[in-house]
Amino acid sequence: MIYRMSAAFLSLAGLFISGYLYLYKIGRIGSLACGTGGCETVQLSSWSRFAGLEVSLIGVLGYACLLGLSLASLQAGARQWPIRAIAVGAGIGVVFTLYLTYLELFIIHAICRWCVASGVIIVAIFAAALLDQRRQLRTRVS
Amino acid sequence: MAANQAGMKRFYAVFGAVAVIGLGALAYLTTRPQTISIPANVTVQPSDTSGFRGYLKGSPDAPVEITEFADYQCPFCQTFATLQMPTIEERLINTGRLRWRYRDFPLQQHSFSRLAAHSAACADEQGKYWEQHKRIYEGQTEWATTRDAAPMFRRYAQAGGMDLRRYDGCMKAGKYAGRIQASLDEGIQLGVNSTPTLLVGNKLYRGRFDSDAITKLVDSLAPRRAQ
Repeated sequence: MIYRMSAAFLSLAGLFISGYLYLYKIGRIGSLACGTGGCETVQLSSWSRFAGLEVSLIGVLGYACLLGLSLASLQAGARQWPIRAIAVGAGIGVVFTLYLTYLELFIIHAICRWCVASGVIIVAIFAAALLDQRRQLRTRVS
Repeated sequence: MAANQAGMKRFYAVFGAVAVIGLGALAYLTTRPQTISIPANVTVQPSDTSGFRGYLKGSPDAPVEITEFADYQCPFCQTFATLQMPTIEERLINTGRLRWRYRDFPLQQHSFSRLAAHSAACADEQGKYWEQHKRIYEGQTEWATTRDAAPMFRRYAQAGGMDLRRYDGCMKAGKYAGRIQASLDEGIQLGVNSTPTLLVGNKLYRGRFDSDAITKLVDSLAPRRAQ
């Protein structure tokens, strides 16, 4: 359960971070709390949109799904599908994060701390989902 | 089992608390007061207007000068600036037939007009007035509906390659509030009561204009030389 609880907390944190970045992008928040100034550079670049959507909005939707799945996985008697779905979803998120990090490092040449935090969170959710799967597997074998 | 249930209860309690704190923080960020505001009705000092008579575009030798009194948040001014001005520039200003003078006339009902005018004035300090002017008008639909337009204007300044430290200092000090007020006062004295209003000689032209109407006006005042 500890891994699923962790996934729920991490998803909530990711939801707040991406929500914060999205509110900034649509002009609902003054300026970003970002010591380096790189956050604004990244958020204002043409790369801040993907497939016609704000990347931060994709984050909001993705983390909301992961949060829902994490809470579903915590319900008594829950089957394995929610945690498997988290592993798949977070895995896609990790790949997407790698792509965004590549853009920050080599194309935009600016690092957004909030994006780094989100990257760490998605990797941690992925790891939690995998560890939960491994534990389930071991329990079944023993 | 009981221990497990107690653990879940504790989890939901902590989770709920974190969710409430996070939502509260986001709600605070979206409702906090504007970061910068430019005061209205400031007392105009002589230094506010010394040597300043609007933002100029075009040759000083142009035979015709048009002064535009406009408001950055006015939709007609935006349409004029983005759709008609490029043609006017190409046909008349760049060919040396017309000089354009832009004066701020921030209408009271527009909450970000003065801020926009001030942002452009701060850009002028860095020789980037017309770039910022263009960006502000082009982005009007974006910033006019936000709760705080200052960060958007700052983004335009950043996109224009301005020294942001200098820009921020200028904005926070409200350095050009008096200049904007002086421009508004002068417009009122001349009889301007809506935007955009054009002043040609001593005559005011109100309403919507297009590039053809401006070309005709310039032609009537300074006929083209035969080629």
